[in-house]
This record gives sequence, structure tokens and C-alpha cells, in this order.
Amino acid sequence: MNAPLDHASLAAAPAVDSRFTVPGIKCAGCIGKIEREMARLDGVQTVRVNFSAKRVAVSHDPAIGDEALIAALAGLGFEAQPVAANPLARDDEETRRLMRATAVAGFGMMNVMLLSVSVWSGAAGATRELFHWLSALIALPVIAYAGRPFFSSAAMALRHGRTNMDVPISIGVVMATCLSLYETATGGSQAYFDGATMLLFFLLAGRALDAMMRGRTRAEIGALLSRMGRSAGIVQPDGTLRRVEAEALEPGMLMLVAAGEALAADGVVEDGTSAIDNAMLTGESVPQPVAAGSTVHAGTVNLAQPLKVRVTAAAQDTAIAEIARLMDEAGQSRSRYVRIADRASRLYAPAVHTLAALAFAGWMWAGAGWHQSLIIAIAVLIITCPCAIGLAVPAAQVVATGALMKRGLLVKDGGALERLAEVDTALFDKTGTLTLGEPQPDLSALPERAQPIALALAQHSRHPLSRGLAAALLRQGTVPASLADVEEQVGHGVSGTENGVPVALVRPPVAEATQATRVQIGKDGWTVPFADAVRPDAAQALAALGALGLQSRILSGDRIEAVAPIARDLGLFAQGSVSPQDKLAELDRLAAQGRRPLMVGDGLNDGPALAAAHASIAPGTASDISQQAADAVFVGASLMPVALAVRTARRTMRIVRQNFAFAIAYNLVAVPLALVGRVTPLIAAIAMSVSSLVVIANSLRLARAAR
Amino acid sequence: MTGLAFLIPIALGLGLAGLGGFFWAMRDGQFDDLDGAANRILIDDEDEE
Repeated sequence: MNAPLDHASLAAAPAVDSRFTVPGIKCAGCIGKIEREMARLDGVQTVRVNFSAKRVAVSHDPAIGDEALIAALAGLGFEAQPVAANPLARDDEETRRLMRATAVAGFGMMNVMLLSVSVWSGAAGATRELFHWLSALIALPVIAYAGRPFFSSAAMALRHGRTNMDVPISIGVVMATCLSLYETATGGSQAYFDGATMLLFFLLAGRALDAMMRGRTRAEIGALLSRMGRSAGIVQPDGTLRRVEAEALEPGMLMLVAAGEALAADGVVEDGTSAIDNAMLTGESVPQPVAAGSTVHAGTVNLAQPLKVRVTAAAQDTAIAEIARLMDEAGQSRSRYVRIADRASRLYAPAVHTLAALAFAGWMWAGAGWHQSLIIAIAVLIITCPCAIGLAVPAAQVVATGALMKRGLLVKDGGALERLAEVDTALFDKTGTLTLGEPQPDLSALPERAQPIALALAQHSRHPLSRGLAAALLRQGTVPASLADVEEQVGHGVSGTENGVPVALVRPPVAEATQATRVQIGKDGWTVPFADAVRPDAAQALAALGALGLQSRILSGDRIEAVAPIARDLGLFAQGSVSPQDKLAELDRLAAQGRRPLMVGDGLNDGPALAAAHASIAPGTASDISQQAADAVFVGASLMPVALAVRTARRTMRIVRQNFAFAIAYNLVAVPLALVGRVTPLIAAIAMSVSSLVVIANSLRLARAAR
Repeated sequence: MTGLAFLIPIALGLGLAGLGGFFWAMRDGQFDDLDGAANRILIDDEDEE
């Protein structure tokens, strides 16, 4: 933006665009800082921050690599990860097309309505004819453009010998348009262009809403895939190194993975020893040592030394891509109510056609004339359009998920809300769920002179205990000592020298019950124990769950001695030393009793239980696998979102049932009226639209439910 | 009646202008970063001229 512009060089260098996700963008200051400072770099042409998507787009000289830009962002205090060039653009395009169609339909509806109002208020003769022709002039292109999503979907269904919700809509719209054209051409008194465009507008508005909600889920999947390395250095047969894009990798290739690089494919280590950060895949924050023969996965990060890895699975076959695909399928629709609505509208469509055909035949037989009979048949088709039923579920779910997101709870899909509403038992894991999961050191045993050294050593390590220690010391205002020869030995600790005195941060010699680390200076040594604090509002959240009728229990993999104090403090029944299989067995037992358990957990060992439970919630600090398995994820130190999720989910289901009841009642009243010929196609379109609007307005009440 | 000859094209023209404006805004990415736009007003300009 404010970069010194050199137009000559700018025109000469073909710019390359790179995108990064930067989760740390939180305020206007961050936007300003990134755009101002990044633009000052040599070779960077434009920098644009997308605050909503937490992304930064950089247009730069091809000579600058992604690594340099990431390092520059890190220098500004922002952790960044490269994003592949918008792999999900197609879904975005779908939403955009629906938005454009909605806008066109809205334009057509308003203008045709304007003309219709004057016809109703008594325009006659030449004026009426003129207005009808004008309406036709506006409505025909509008219907042709905005109706495409429905026409193509209906054509697709018919080609496969099936029928769906779009078939009666398409027939209704096309027939109303043809009849109106005939009326206009013969100077008749009624045209139904207004009804047809209005119908399209409200239907499209519903579709666009739905597409936006699905787009949000897809974005999360995109974020998951972006963790995978985008390219890898491939060792050629002649020993030279060539960069290959992740998509072009093939099994059998030999990758050279530098220290600090994310793997771009699954594989087996052929040469070298190092440590791998698996946190992304398993949540295990302790680095896993690897040597020749170890299996490594795409998305994990090589921490220590370069590795040679023989690729076994690449691109779409990697473990991480498989997870993303499973998540996408899960997001498609596990929702029972959506399935009911789908099935209802599938049965509904033939019924609607039959009903309309019968109405036409019946009125013909009664001697009403083909014109009158056709109008009644169209009114029946339009008024019975099952859009209120189709909207009943997604409208409520979109509003509820949006409201919950503002309170720090991300719900994966609508089906999750349904299942959350039905739970009657809550099972909690301990570490990281009821507790914060971050080890807090007890510094009382550590003398003041040792603290700067401990901090300097801890800052050199990625081990979770070291990070906890460094964070706690920094909070105290400790200034790190300056050390020499600092070296980390994976699995052992960090060592160095201060003014020639050897210092180290190591594992305590005896394996103790609690987590601890040992600070050594020369011959002296102190053990620093770590403890895990309970979430601040755990008791209130559990009380709120109790008020909703849920029984809470602790089901932990930790030893019972570690679980008991917390269980006592919170007044919960607890089971300790529970293996992942036992957790599943417990869930099965509860299900056999007819109970519907809610599992709240974070660890890898909770993964199967999270997937098997009736509903599940994971904290944002959980392993990515657990987050994928869970129906919802809450962020922050508070446990209250769990109670909030259950309460809001129940309210959402109440609203959904109200919506269903309303839509059914509407049809019970409107269909007989249309059948007896009391409803013109325009009134039918208004009635149908109003019924949809009532459903949306009722759903909007949920926006306040999450408070 | 002659009034209509002016008013109807004006009404349609305004509607089309609005529609065109919306299409332009979508293509131009005006809706890509709604929260960001709200925040950008707070950034101090530091033009070094």
C-alpha cells in the first residue's frame, strides 16, 4: 500500500501471488501493521489482509520464497502458514451464482410488482396491455436467468427418472409464465409474472442461505488441508534435488525433508534420525523420535535433522486428505430433520403433481373451461411448493450456529445441533477438558538466581513443560540469562553453559507421579513440579448442565488418584484408568440403557469415544483428530459453552418443530382453498412467500438464544 | 399517459443501476472481507511523503 512505488520495475517483474493463513489477526492494528511492514520488504508489491478469513494475500517478486515471507510475518509477531491457491473456489462460485440469481430475481420481482399494483388498482384497456407487455419484457429474461438453478436440477432429476422439489417448482413457473404470455398476447385481464418472479426470489434466498452455511464448513476443511506441505525436495537418481509440488508427488519418490519443514506426503523414513511434531495429527505435543523404518505422515513437521523419506502415499491418498474427505462427507448431512424434509419433499413432489393434474381434470369435468382449470392447477402447484418445509430446518440451524459462534462455540453441522439437543448424560475427560490442559509450574522451590537461567533454557525447547515454564517465568517478569552452547537433545532436555558453568533443564532422575522438570546449575539442582488447573467456571457450567437435566460424570484415562481430587472438588462421580476401549464400552452400555451420552474430551484416546457418542464436544486445544471427530469445538478457558451448546441446541429443535408444524398447518389450510379455486396464482405466490418468511422470522429468534 | 413514457424507463433504469451496482460490488470483492472493512477505518495513515 505505502510501498515506495517504482513503476518501471513494477511493470517489468511478473508478480506471483501467495496466500497465508494468519490466525493471529485480531484487530485493526494487526491489519495496519502487516500491510505497512510487509509492503516495505524488497520485491513485495501489494499486501492485502482479509480480516474475516484471517488471511494475507501477498503479490511479490517470484525471487522471494514463501519461507522468507513467513519469516517476515513471524518477525512481526504473526504465525503464518501458506495456503494452496484456493482449492475450493468452485464452491465459492456456487454461492456467488445463487447470490447473482437472487439479485436478478429481486430486481424482477420489484419491478413487475410495481406494474402489477397499478393493474390491480384499476388500470384498463391500453394501459393494462402496455403494463402486461412491460412485465413480460422484464419477467422473461429474469425467469430465464434466475430460474436456471431450478430448471437444471429438475432436468437432471427427470433424466434419471426421478422427481425432486425442483420439478413442481419448474413446472409451476414455466406454466405460469406461458399462461401469462398467452393472456398478454390475447389482451386478457390477468397475468402472473409477478407470482412467478416472487416465487423464484424467495426460493433463491433460501438456497443462498443454505449454500453460505455449507461454504463455512468447507472453509474449515480447507484450513485443515493447508497444513500439508505444499511442495517437497525430491532426490533425483543422479543425486540432485528438485522441488516438486505436493500434487505431483508419486509413491516411490525419495523426499529430502529439511528441519522445520512440513511433510507433503505420507512415507517411510529411509535415512536419518530426527523428531517429528505430530501435534497436528494426534495432539501429542511431545515430539516423536523417528529413525529409518518409521512411518511419517503428511502435515507433521520435522523438528531436528534432515530426513530422507520414501513416499508411500501422496496428494489425495494421504491420511490428512482422508480425514478432510471424511469430514466433508459428514458435513453433507447427518441431519435427521433434513433427511425427513428431503424424504417428505420427495414423496411430496409426485403428490403435488397428481393433485394439480386432478384439480385440472376435475374442473374441466365440472365445466369450468380449460383456462380457468389451468389457473387453478397452477395455483395448486405454487401454493403447495414445499419451501417452508425445506427452509424449516436450515434457517433455524444457520441462525443458531451463527449465534453460538459468537460465543466461542463452533458447531460442525446442523445434525450436530439435533444430537446435542437430545443428550441426557455428560461424560467428561479430565486433562484439557475439565482442566485447562496447560501444565502450570510451581516456582516456589526455584531460587531467584536460577530463574533467568531456567527461562533461557526453556525458551530453547518446544517441549510442553518447557513452554509452560517459559510462559510462567515471562509472566513474572523474569529476564532470560544469556547462555552459550545451548543444545537440545530430543527426549533428554536442554543444556548449555553460563560463564563456563554447565547448566541444564532435564527430566527428573526418578519417574515421579506428577509431571516435573529439573533445573541444574553446576552441581546444584531443583525439581519444579507441574500441576494442571481446573477451568475457572467448571463448577457453574456443571451446575448449568444439571439444571438442563444432564447427569455429569468423569471418565478419565488417568489414574484414579489423579482424578479423585478434581472429582471431589466438582462433586462428580469419577472413573479412572479408563482405556479408549473401556470408554467405548461405557458408551455402548449407556446407549443400551436408552441414554444419550454427550462426550466432552480432548485427547487422542478420546477420539473413538467422541465419534461414537450420541454427541460430542472438544476444546479448541484438543488434537486435530479429536476436533474432527467432535460435533462442536469450544475455544477459550471457559467451560460454559458446553452448557450453552446444549441449551441452544434444545431451543433450536423447538423452533424447528414449530417451523414444521407451521408449514404443515399452512398446507392443510391453503391446499383445499386452492383446490376449490379460491386462490389465484398471485395470491398463491404471496401465501407461499409469506409462509417462508414466517419460518425465517421464527428462526431469527434464535439469534438471541445464545445469550 | 405521456408521463409514463418518462417514469417507467426511469424506474427501470434505477432498478438496473442497483442491480449493476450489486454485480460490480460482488465481482470487485466488496463482500469478501466485511469485518475487515469495519476495522480498517481505525488504521492510522502513515504516509511518508
